[in-house]
Amino acid sequence: MIRRVLPHGLGRGLLTRRPGTRRGGFSLDWDGKVSEIKKKIKSILPGTPCDLLPDTSHLPPEHSDVVIVGGGVLGLSVAYWLKKLENRQGGMRVLVVERDHTYSQASTGLSVGGICQQFSLPENIQLSLFSASFLRNINEYLAVTNAPPLDLQFNPSGYLLLASEKDAAAMESNVKVQKQEGAKVCLMSPDQLRNKFPWINTEGVALASYGMENEGWFDPWCLLHGLRQKVGVFFCQGEVTRFVTSSQHMLTTDDEMVTLKSIHEVHVKMDHSLEYQPVECAIVINAAGAWSAQIAALAGIGKGPPGTLQGTKLPVEPRKEEEPDPANLEVDHDFFQEKVWPHLALRVPAFETLKVQTAWAGYYDYNTFDQNGVVGPHPLVVNMYFATGFSGHGLQQAPGVGRAVAEMILEGSFQTIDLSPFLFNRFYLGEKTQENNIM
Amino acid sequence: MWSTQNSQLGAPSLDAFPVAAVTNDHNLKTTQSHRYSSGGQKSKSLRLVAPMWNGTRGIHRLGGAVVPEGNQKKERTMLQFLTDHFYDVEALRGYLLQREMCKVHLKNRFRDKEWIRPDKYGHFSPEFWNFREVPVEAVDASDCEINYEGLDNLLLLKELQSLSLQRCPHVDDWCLSRLYPLADSLQELSLAGCPRVSERGLACLHHLQNLRRLDISDLPAVSNPGLTQILVEEMLPNCQVVGVDWAEGLKLGPEEQPQDTASPVPA
Repeated sequence: MIRRVLPHGLGRGLLTRRPGTRRGGFSLDWDGKVSEIKKKIKSILPGTPCDLLPDTSHLPPEHSDVVIVGGGVLGLSVAYWLKKLENRQGGMRVLVVERDHTYSQASTGLSVGGICQQFSLPENIQLSLFSASFLRNINEYLAVTNAPPLDLQFNPSGYLLLASEKDAAAMESNVKVQKQEGAKVCLMSPDQLRNKFPWINTEGVALASYGMENEGWFDPWCLLHGLRQKVGVFFCQGEVTRFVTSSQHMLTTDDEMVTLKSIHEVHVKMDHSLEYQPVECAIVINAAGAWSAQIAALAGIGKGPPGTLQGTKLPVEPRKEEEPDPANLEVDHDFFQEKVWPHLALRVPAFETLKVQTAWAGYYDYNTFDQNGVVGPHPLVVNMYFATGFSGHGLQQAPGVGRAVAEMILEGSFQTIDLSPFLFNRFYLGEKTQENNIM
Repeated sequence: MWSTQNSQLGAPSLDAFPVAAVTNDHNLKTTQSHRYSSGGQKSKSLRLVAPMWNGTRGIHRLGGAVVPEGNQKKERTMLQFLTDHFYDVEALRGYLLQREMCKVHLKNRFRDKEWIRPDKYGHFSPEFWNFREVPVEAVDASDCEINYEGLDNLLLLKELQSLSLQRCPHVDDWCLSRLYPLADSLQELSLAGCPRVSERGLACLHHLQNLRRLDISDLPAVSNPGLTQILVEEMLPNCQVVGVDWAEGLKLGPEEQPQDTASPVPA
């Protein structure tokens, strides 16, 4: 602009040549100077990245109503149901904190993806049945406009459980409970078994139960992806390092001093840096899978004399007894050769010449107490809710559990499926909610 | 021209839809009120087609509840139409059931066995009860929007021998896994053209050991039709599996490349 002004300003008489070619005066590096000035003006104008304020786009928000620790299928399921059951659209701000966006060690992605209703506890059966109907109608629940429909690749094969003489009575009563709850399971005698599956060696088998419908396996990544793209919540990659709690000392009716804690801030640390963001929150959900015990410990759960409520830890560990060391996810091939293959070859003679082609390992969020999930609030840390510890059947129960936790938070009690046997209190009271049919 | 529906087993669902020849609103109103009264006359005519079958009186009542004055004439042409299209009772039964299933979405509310629905006057038609004793042998649900819940109604048919689910848009692998209760009687099944059926669903047909004829042609979701056909044949040894040419999955050999069709002499 200045350049154009010059010829006009100085009049035609004086300037017959272009300013750049004149000696002295305005000519030295005029173009360069003008472009510098242009750059400076551009950087000050709005709409361009400006260094006035530091960039915080990678950090989670400073306030959130609910913080869900763990972005696996359980955490996302709780987030989904919270959003679905909230009374107002956008009424709740939910933040999901997941440490590893590639889900390289998360149990969800490494899971086989089986779904089965052959449990002994009615609650487990109901959860699984609900999940089956959720998966069947997954495109109605998780449809997103303009996104292609989800294909779970469900294989409705059914689970076959075999029982020896001494377990036959238990199996029969379990099947009775399953049928009562609405699962389609049938009992088979060894003869019927041989008839139907001639390749099974029925030696030692007294009774078998076969699931006819709603059992099989599906692709867990698809479910995870579907939940992620549907759930309109803040998603943050980071690790929870600290809970800031405030305590209240109360007296119980027996005049005992009880300290009720409530978490009001969560510190989320970013990957590969020391930077962290304190997130103010009202409710925290522990859906951290195999690492739930560590998150619980951060909130002070288990810090107290053993035998007291304060001293009761969350008994969730990344492994089962007798299984390979969970320090890393390396496949222990010897474990298969020595512990698994003999049983396979005995039961199915065709498997004697079995050769392993590929193998992978994943963690269980194994509940060492009674191998069933932990759901619901903690009695002392009043705003931490658990959704973890499912010991290998978390994926198939995730939709039901997510809904139950969301109901607990929004309504204060379980509305559809009553998961009271899975509350944390049982660890202190010593009441095991044992499942007889573990898979 | 049975544009109406309501012919479900045992259900006098009479919030009537007007029948065939009704052309204006006036007729509509009169049909509803004359529903019961006009029934008596029609039954005589239909006796010629299916004398043993009392139930049709009810259906025909719905079908024939037209304006009283126009009755006789319309009744004859309708009879003609019926005799032309429903040459035997099988076909009529099949057709009626198919029409039932087209109302699956409304009727899905009644997932228990009873499909009884009172009409808006709160009456049940007594004749429909006779219908329930008639065993259904064949169902043609082609192009029908039947879905997973709708199959509840089909699975009650313990003597069903032939089921056709051709081109049903909502029949998928989950639905196929529900078919096992029909294992004792089902002999013929057709899934041709169902867009959502894949080889995983076909695998759960292993329960249907009495199946003699299975049609799995034209299933777009099956990844390898030739291989699937072989596996299904192995799974159901007594069954004739139709629909896939085993050569479909094979590629052309080098000496059988498509020849130049323009040349008059084959190469």
